[in-house]
Amino acid sequence: MTTTSQVWTEEIVEVAGTRLQLVKGGSGDPLLILHDEIGHHATLRWHNALAQSSALYIPSHPGFGASPRLDWIMNMRDLAGWYLRALDELGLRRVNVIGFSLGGWLAAEMATMSPDHFGKIALVGAAGIKPPDGEIFDIFLVTAEEYLDEVCLDSAAAPEFAAIRPPEPEPDLVEAWAVAREEACRLSWKPYMYYPALPHLLGRLRDTPALIVWGAQDTIVPLSAGELYHQSISGSRLEVIPDCGHRPDIEKPDEFISLIQNFLAD
Amino acid sequence: MFIAHFTERPYQDPKSGYFGATGKSIKDLTLSNEIYDPELGANLYNRYLDEKLYAEEMGFDGLMLNEHHSTPFCMGGAMNIEAAILARVTSRAKIVLLGNIIPIWDDPLWLVEQLSIIDMISRGRLVSGWVRGTGRESVAHNAPPPYNWERFQEAHDFIVKAWTTPGPFRWEGKHYQYRYVNPWARPYQKPHPPIWLPGVVSRDSLMWAARNRIPYIMLATEMEPTRQAFQLYHDTAAEEGYESGSQNIGYLWKVHVDETEELAEQTARKYVQGPSNPFLAGNEGTTNRALVSLPGLTSRRRVLPTRDVATANRGGMISARPFEEQQENYTIVSGTPDTIIPKIRHVLETLRPGSVIFWDGDGAMTHDDQMRSLRLMGEYVIPAVREMGKELELFSPFEVDPASGKPFQPETQAVAD
Repeated sequence: MTTTSQVWTEEIVEVAGTRLQLVKGGSGDPLLILHDEIGHHATLRWHNALAQSSALYIPSHPGFGASPRLDWIMNMRDLAGWYLRALDELGLRRVNVIGFSLGGWLAAEMATMSPDHFGKIALVGAAGIKPPDGEIFDIFLVTAEEYLDEVCLDSAAAPEFAAIRPPEPEPDLVEAWAVAREEACRLSWKPYMYYPALPHLLGRLRDTPALIVWGAQDTIVPLSAGELYHQSISGSRLEVIPDCGHRPDIEKPDEFISLIQNFLAD
Repeated sequence: MFIAHFTERPYQDPKSGYFGATGKSIKDLTLSNEIYDPELGANLYNRYLDEKLYAEEMGFDGLMLNEHHSTPFCMGGAMNIEAAILARVTSRAKIVLLGNIIPIWDDPLWLVEQLSIIDMISRGRLVSGWVRGTGRESVAHNAPPPYNWERFQEAHDFIVKAWTTPGPFRWEGKHYQYRYVNPWARPYQKPHPPIWLPGVVSRDSLMWAARNRIPYIMLATEMEPTRQAFQLYHDTAAEEGYESGSQNIGYLWKVHVDETEELAEQTARKYVQGPSNPFLAGNEGTTNRALVSLPGLTSRRRVLPTRDVATANRGGMISARPFEEQQENYTIVSGTPDTIIPKIRHVLETLRPGSVIFWDGDGAMTHDDQMRSLRLMGEYVIPAVREMGKELELFSPFEVDPASGKPFQPETQAVAD
């Protein structure tokens, strides 16, 4: 790897009527990272790699991490509406975005509401669509640890698995998982992890470059959902990573980094 | 003193492989209803109704029912149906529902109607408890756990208003919205049936009950943490500006009486065999860790001392308390009348509840086991406990108003006629 030591800052910014925990690092065009249902708790190889050519913005969504919950946000479209205002106030216009799992769903909702807010959109194992084949794994009927044990096809071989799922997690991390799962639960309980109209609304994104990244053996959000994302966003590209589960970023980091770098450079 | 009878009404199927000490898993959410036998169900529902009728005949003041969903340890998935039958076929005992799981229903107006009808058919014998439900209830009826507590409070406010305020009115709440609230069924008791709250875990719920002057019933918890939790209720009441007492608290625990010590022990061991509730005491069932700590269902910090005992450390595994240990710490009291009456006295002296609920006929106990116990309860135990209640000045919420601490005058007893 060519990553040099990268400086990351963490701050609480006043934005869109609340306080938002925001991690930033790197230089170049802004790149918004929307975390998944378990939250952003570790700096991974791909963060450092992408920070070479982009300025990463990694917020913790309201209700996750140190960002206070907003009581009126009761579903993903509420959150997406709030985020668009936050992007305005942060000066992020036509920003590139990568969304993971629940964060991918969030990116998709925001983009359907306001495509002009975004440059390029990458969705990684994104929730938000009812899979035509299979079901989205019920993460609330297992513990946080059991969920994380499910995100890789082969967690023993996943280079950075221990970074997101330490064998003996510290109490602070266990608490952060619980906080994240509670807010994810508010956003996604019913219908579980999807919005029925989303595939139809995605038709608005025909001019937005979109990359859909999926692990071929994703057991959290089945690949069929990725295929439907691909069909619903005309001009999008679907990249299926073989021998890989729900988190290509930790299971196949080299492939993941090069896919994203090429997509952003195109 | 108010004395009630309770059983979970377990689905007992000798053919299923999990009845009795077989070691076969009855873990939550893993048991398919493919094995459910409606013929057996018919026998069991009628058996449990018969036992309630006999309990009334033997002198119990209250017949308690509860509700759980999608689990073999409790057949009360539609408790209000059983309550409606009891309303018609019994004549004296209170029908104590502990309770309706109000946060899981999207339409609490339907509960307003059902409970008013039960109250009318029973001519004012309904005690209407609320619960928040365990994880399996939220999962079974797909109610969002993080909103459980908000929905509980809003549903309570809505139901009380619908019972007490002439309609039509509108309700535009955060979780419930109605444009026409005007149910054509109103409660028999005025202003409305008594509301009780049972619990084990949540400090929020207990303090809410104390602030709202609602009696709180602790479920099968150990003595010292239960005493501490009751003290929290009394302290909260004092802060609220009223004096609470025995009329505000109740205690439910396992009490089985039998003809001989040998038979009593042999039968009481059945509490921890078969599909009896794995949440409240150790038995062969294992509970699902994720279900116990469903995201946001209860506050992770604002818990009661009883919860630390009921569940083990982080992860919420249930401690499997062996039968002997439960006997030692009084959470199972069993024996002949002569041996259990002093033990019941110890519990009453320690906790000072105005209401007690004897949890019997559960686990792998048979109908005969239950009927023997009910008969001996009527002949020996209930009369003795009544005397103890008088001596220890343990007043029920039907003798002393839990909202004011003042004795009810006979003419102000809250009945419509």
